Amino acid sequence: MAQYLVRRLLIAIPSLLGISVILFTVLALAPGDPFEELATNPAIPPEVRANLRASLGLDDPVHIRYFAWLTSMLRGEWGFSFVSRIPVDDLILQRLPVTIAVIGASQLVALAIALPVGVYAATRPYSIFDQIANTLAFVGFSLPTFFTGLLFILFFSIYLDWLPFVFRTDIEATGWNWWWQQLRQSIMPIMVLGLFQGAAWTRFVRSAVLDVIRLDHVTTARAKGIPERAVTLRHVVRNAMIPVVTLVALQMPAVFGGAIVTEQIFRVPGIGSLLISAILANDTPVIMAVTFVIAALVVFFNLLADVIYGWLDPRISYR
Amino acid sequence: MAGRLLNIQGLKVHFKTDDGWVHAVDGVDLSLDAGETLSVVGESGSGKTVTAKTILKLIDMPPGRIMDGSILWQGEDLVPARPERMRDIRSKEIGFIFQEPMTSLNPVYTVGEQIAETVRQHQRISRKAAMERAAEMLSLVHIPNASRRVHDYPHQFSGGMRQRVMIAMALSCDPKLIIADEPTTALDVTIQAQILDLLNEMKERLGMAVLLITHAMGVVAETAQRVIVMYAGQVVEEAPVEALFDRPLHPYTQGLIRSIPRLDLAATEHRRLEAIPGTVPSLLSPPQGCRFAARCGYAIEACRAAPPPLREIAPGRKVACIRAEEIA
Repeated sequence: MAQYLVRRLLIAIPSLLGISVILFTVLALAPGDPFEELATNPAIPPEVRANLRASLGLDDPVHIRYFAWLTSMLRGEWGFSFVSRIPVDDLILQRLPVTIAVIGASQLVALAIALPVGVYAATRPYSIFDQIANTLAFVGFSLPTFFTGLLFILFFSIYLDWLPFVFRTDIEATGWNWWWQQLRQSIMPIMVLGLFQGAAWTRFVRSAVLDVIRLDHVTTARAKGIPERAVTLRHVVRNAMIPVVTLVALQMPAVFGGAIVTEQIFRVPGIGSLLISAILANDTPVIMAVTFVIAALVVFFNLLADVIYGWLDPRISYR
Repeated sequence: MAGRLLNIQGLKVHFKTDDGWVHAVDGVDLSLDAGETLSVVGESGSGKTVTAKTILKLIDMPPGRIMDGSILWQGEDLVPARPERMRDIRSKEIGFIFQEPMTSLNPVYTVGEQIAETVRQHQRISRKAAMERAAEMLSLVHIPNASRRVHDYPHQFSGGMRQRVMIAMALSCDPKLIIADEPTTALDVTIQAQILDLLNEMKERLGMAVLLITHAMGVVAETAQRVIVMYAGQVVEEAPVEALFDRPLHPYTQGLIRSIPRLDLAATEHRRLEAIPGTVPSLLSPPQGCRFAARCGYAIEACRAAPPPLREIAPGRKVACIRAEEIA
């Protein structure tokens, strides 16, 4: 097991290197100049701009810039934002906790919906409950988060005026009140993401459970005299979780992608909005670092999926 | 008879499909005494498996439905029995062995856990004691290194070994009856014989009754005392084993016995293997008269007019054929 983890982590290194090469090349090929504003500012002579570019190494060939980036990354120097002059790692560490809290909570909401609803619907296929759950799930995952997000703001913030629609970082409160304010402003982004994921997973959990419920070993379990509830939990859900875990982990990249949009709508100061503002400002060091962090998270979740997979299914060994 | 262990009378199990009701089991009588081995034979679709599963209510309801009849288990009718009562009977009083050992065990639990689960469902004992019981059962069915292998997963066993595990599981609560639904069909021929020997041995040691469902006449000859032949959801013949092989009464049984490959005759008489022409009738709307009439060389007008009753023509010998005396 430990050996397996070490080997998988070693395999992750070339993947991350490859990802960084592609990211860097694509960014280098993309049009745009971080000092565009300086070019249009008549107060700054063109030499200043050229000197700035040269000092940052922006005029070097791509491969030289890449190796410069890589060596400083390996030394733990993530560079500075072109725009704010703040170290990139500080920026990311400021933003990441918010994103992880919002995404984490929304995924928990999604699982809390998808597991019970999907399992219950599958044990009573084509019942009224199943039909309603299916219809709602279909609607839920057909509606994009930017649409439901706006709908939520319109209804809960503007029409009902229950929840704030702009996420604030400067809440002047302490103790429980601070937590309460945080919860109030996080609830809409969490629900928008959570309901979307929950809807997609409900359908998946339902079909995974339906696949298992037909199997012979479930009849064996019934023939043992085990109550139906225990048959479902011990012999159906346990086995059905194997494909669900894979899907959940493999969907994490898509979840981060969706979170970027949602963060933008609710003005959540997370890593997604950091990325968007960096892209708009051609702030290459920040773009590079954020996309790289997201890539690392995706690789990590894949590894996590494989570990859980082997734990759920004894037929898979860690080799 | 009141004293029988299991007594099924006029059982009808139908399944609802898009095309209508399938009459899978259509009036089956079957009875079994304590310690007896009864074999039910018939080809695929004859309703033998449905009959077996219905005893423990293991068929899916819906779409299945018990339309009529009674299943008397030690005098108690199981047809109206509540689910809680059925759970008490399953494994504790009636054990079930399935056809497919490869898929009948849950791949994510060790075989020991799966046997112990059965034991703990019916007896108040500790987890540890249940695992010890599981190891004991595995060595009873001759699995080598039983105390170590209880911790293995089903995929670490071969098909024959898994069927031994299934037998161990079915026997773990000392049931009075074991229903074995084609226990050897999915196995290699050599393994088939081993499993049948094991079943016979277990029966001798533990004294339970066995209801053996099979389509192989060879299996019947090796294990059973009495045989019931089913065709298209109905019983067509019932007889003691030797009598059935000596002098089959129903044309369908005769066909079944003729279709057994025989090495001894093939060499000397150049006999070709005989098959029964035609196929089983649709059970959506079964024919009015004898269900075998369309495939029967002896069929006359009267056969097609009305269903032949199951008659006792000698002690212990029943047949559902109006011409049985003439043709046998």
